[in-house]
Amino acid sequence: MDFTLHVWRQAGPDQPGHMELYQARDISPDMSFLEMLDLVNEDLEKQGIEPIAFDHDCREGICGMCSLVINGVAHGQQPATTTCQLHMRHFRDKDSIYIEPWRAAAFPVVKDLVVDRSAFDRVIEAGGFISVNTGSAQDGNCLPVPKDAADTAMDAAACIGCGACVAACPNGSSMLFVAAKVAHLAHLPQGQPEKRRRVLAMVEQMDREGFGHCTNHYECEAVCPKEISRQFIAEMNREYLKAGLQAH
Amino acid sequence: MQLDARIPAGPIEAKWDRHKAELKLVNPANKRKYTILMVGTGLAGGSAAASLAELGYNVEVFCFQDSARRAHSIAAQGGINAAKNYQNDGDSVRRLFHDTVKGGDFRAREANVYRLAQVSASIIDQCVAQGVPFAREYGGLLSNRSFGGAQVSRTFYARGQTGQQLLLGCYQALARQVAAGRARVHPRTEMLDLVVVDGRARGIVTRDLVSGAIRSWAGDAVVLATGGYSNVFFLSTNAKGCNVTAIWRAYKRGAGLANPCFTQIHPTSIPQAGDYQSKLTLMSESLRNDGRVWVPARPGDTRKPADIPEGERDYFLERMYPAYGNLCPRDIASRAAKRVCDEDRGVGPGGRGVYLDFRDAIQRLGRAVIEERYGNLFQMYERITGEEPYATPMRIYPAPHYTMGGLWVDYNLMSTIPGLYVIGEANFSDHGANRLGASALMQGLADGYFILPYTIGDYLAGAGPSRIPADHAAFQGAQAEVAGRQRRLLAINGRRSVDSFHIELGKLMWNKCGMTRSAASLKECLERIPQLRAQFWEDLRVLGTGDTLNQSLEKAGRVADFLEFAELLALDALQREESCGGHFREEHQTPEGEARRDDQNHCHVSVWEHQGPDRPPQMHEEPLQFEHVPLATRSYK
Repeated sequence: MDFTLHVWRQAGPDQPGHMELYQARDISPDMSFLEMLDLVNEDLEKQGIEPIAFDHDCREGICGMCSLVINGVAHGQQPATTTCQLHMRHFRDKDSIYIEPWRAAAFPVVKDLVVDRSAFDRVIEAGGFISVNTGSAQDGNCLPVPKDAADTAMDAAACIGCGACVAACPNGSSMLFVAAKVAHLAHLPQGQPEKRRRVLAMVEQMDREGFGHCTNHYECEAVCPKEISRQFIAEMNREYLKAGLQAH
Repeated sequence: MQLDARIPAGPIEAKWDRHKAELKLVNPANKRKYTILMVGTGLAGGSAAASLAELGYNVEVFCFQDSARRAHSIAAQGGINAAKNYQNDGDSVRRLFHDTVKGGDFRAREANVYRLAQVSASIIDQCVAQGVPFAREYGGLLSNRSFGGAQVSRTFYARGQTGQQLLLGCYQALARQVAAGRARVHPRTEMLDLVVVDGRARGIVTRDLVSGAIRSWAGDAVVLATGGYSNVFFLSTNAKGCNVTAIWRAYKRGAGLANPCFTQIHPTSIPQAGDYQSKLTLMSESLRNDGRVWVPARPGDTRKPADIPEGERDYFLERMYPAYGNLCPRDIASRAAKRVCDEDRGVGPGGRGVYLDFRDAIQRLGRAVIEERYGNLFQMYERITGEEPYATPMRIYPAPHYTMGGLWVDYNLMSTIPGLYVIGEANFSDHGANRLGASALMQGLADGYFILPYTIGDYLAGAGPSRIPADHAAFQGAQAEVAGRQRRLLAINGRRSVDSFHIELGKLMWNKCGMTRSAASLKECLERIPQLRAQFWEDLRVLGTGDTLNQSLEKAGRVADFLEFAELLALDALQREESCGGHFREEHQTPEGEARRDDQNHCHVSVWEHQGPDRPPQMHEEPLQFEHVPLATRSYK
């Protein structure tokens, strides 16, 4: 297969970026999207052009490092799939493919397709944890957790922190990411003592980082590679409201 | 080089408790005066960084990823072992210890393994308290599954994402310490050298991968939690960034490197589909609980799996190892798969694959149960191969996955350089020549949560706060070396890309030093690696500059180190004249093709000491004694 690629190139955070045109030739349909880019980079290097920078690591859809907007869709058209797990068999021969970085005020571009997602770390640092020091835990079976609660917590905890939700949202909102962590911990008995404080602190940090608000577009859910449900956003709003009322 | 394992005296059950009681302590008010440099944020590094910061130490944490949440521990799927005996099926600390020593083919230290089994139960408690959403039964209690190499159900799991959930647990614990001001995380920062002053580890030199800035960090102790070196084979199940650089730099500064030839080839990876492939994807070993492994009985049979009648299928693991069947340990399952493929009975493109079939399990349990157990793995398989494993059997083939070798450490997890600690996959300590499934997560978290936080205090209390600043001459020298190396890589300006060298090295190592090895193939490696290394330094081309994000330059530094390390790996494989665990020498096998260990001559740890650039490394031996699990031929028949 052959493709025409339009790729965002940007030398650094303060430099202007632009789309650059490249050809991808002799691509196997069994290649992953990133393997196709590896090949293009190999070609570019031969021509003396600096390869395209993009984030990636595990290449099996779990580390959350890869982050490309492909033809306008975060992680591409294939549902429930990260960029690294997207395969070229889902494209048509001779297609034009547009490749851009996550675009959001809170995720500044580092270089080319690489963005800075440290805002997510700061949101977790604000309260996305259970305060338990190593060594102070009781036996794991002392506190039964109903299976459905554990399952729902796991549904939320499956978030890989890739940031596709932010990239897809017209408001650049990170509500799905934040809600997933709030819900994961709120559904477990261990998360109860800090429930109120946690949701208030995380939402406050989220606002401080410059993420927008949720206005119910649900684009986040549509692109989420782990299919995190928008319902968690509703849950977070409820938790936030409750916590706010109780705090005053 | 002095190899004192510092194993405490006394009965094995009491060693760790007694040792803990004897370790020196640092006064709570003094802990903040000590700085610990933690390199790596996987399960070992993340859990250690959080635990040490909770104790009050000042912790600086480094990782090359953009966040501490992304280290490759995240990709572990199947589960984590613990001797809880919640299933009432006869498990105990003793049995987990026994299984691990035997599974490691008698090349691990008994005392270390016993301690690992002892602390395993606390790990589960800790993770539950952090909110790790382990699988549960309807009664609300924790669920278990069985795993390769064990006859009890002791594996705890969180769907097929156990590694991810455990890692998020320690990442969140670390985040809490960052918020408290006791730990600082430096993402997109790679350690490129270790600084040793007067024989003690005093700091590291790093490169900021975004700005290219090279800087020094002084500390009272350095901890390497930098994972394994499977990417020496280029194609492995490891993340693309995993590398040997940190432990290799430490080795070149004097740390002993143990058993590099003990590499694990995992039996259930998705087979390679083409030359372009950049990595291999693992299918969790847990699939072997319900899937049956088979190939056609007749060589050259190219019929579709559905067209091959029951009588013409060879369920070779069940046939060869009836006691463990599809759940036999990884090294044994991998070699059996290679053998049937070598007999021209392999399936799929190129004939390098065997079937992992769920037909019987779906008939027995129903599709819904299989979907609940393995749904995400089936999806992943379908995404990669375009085939639907509910209808047609999966194809799997062995792939490099884990490395049991690593920096030598004593019972306190300290390397041969005082003040340099090594935890998790980066050390050599607990898995011997072969690791059992669901034991990597256990070891990483045991080291990080429950062992290092005790043992490091003993060293710090004895040494007192370091007064060596980051502008000391040793730091300046190391920094200049690192900068010079970056410049050299950029200045070669040859014709070949970094990947082309890495792929060539990987193919050589896989074919000549992979699942099976021989004296002839290893000598070929030892001849060709130096040639390839010379070509690398003459013909490499890295574009761009060193003062910006430059992913080719990062890779070049890592591949340069792999090109040196590979030689030591082959050398170690050549001197170990026996077959054990993941190390299989063709010369040393029984008439049935099983591994033949040589306890007379090789019941030891091989520890390599760097002798400078122009002299061959020197090998030392740490003898191994087995008092509790009698040395025996491993049998899973």
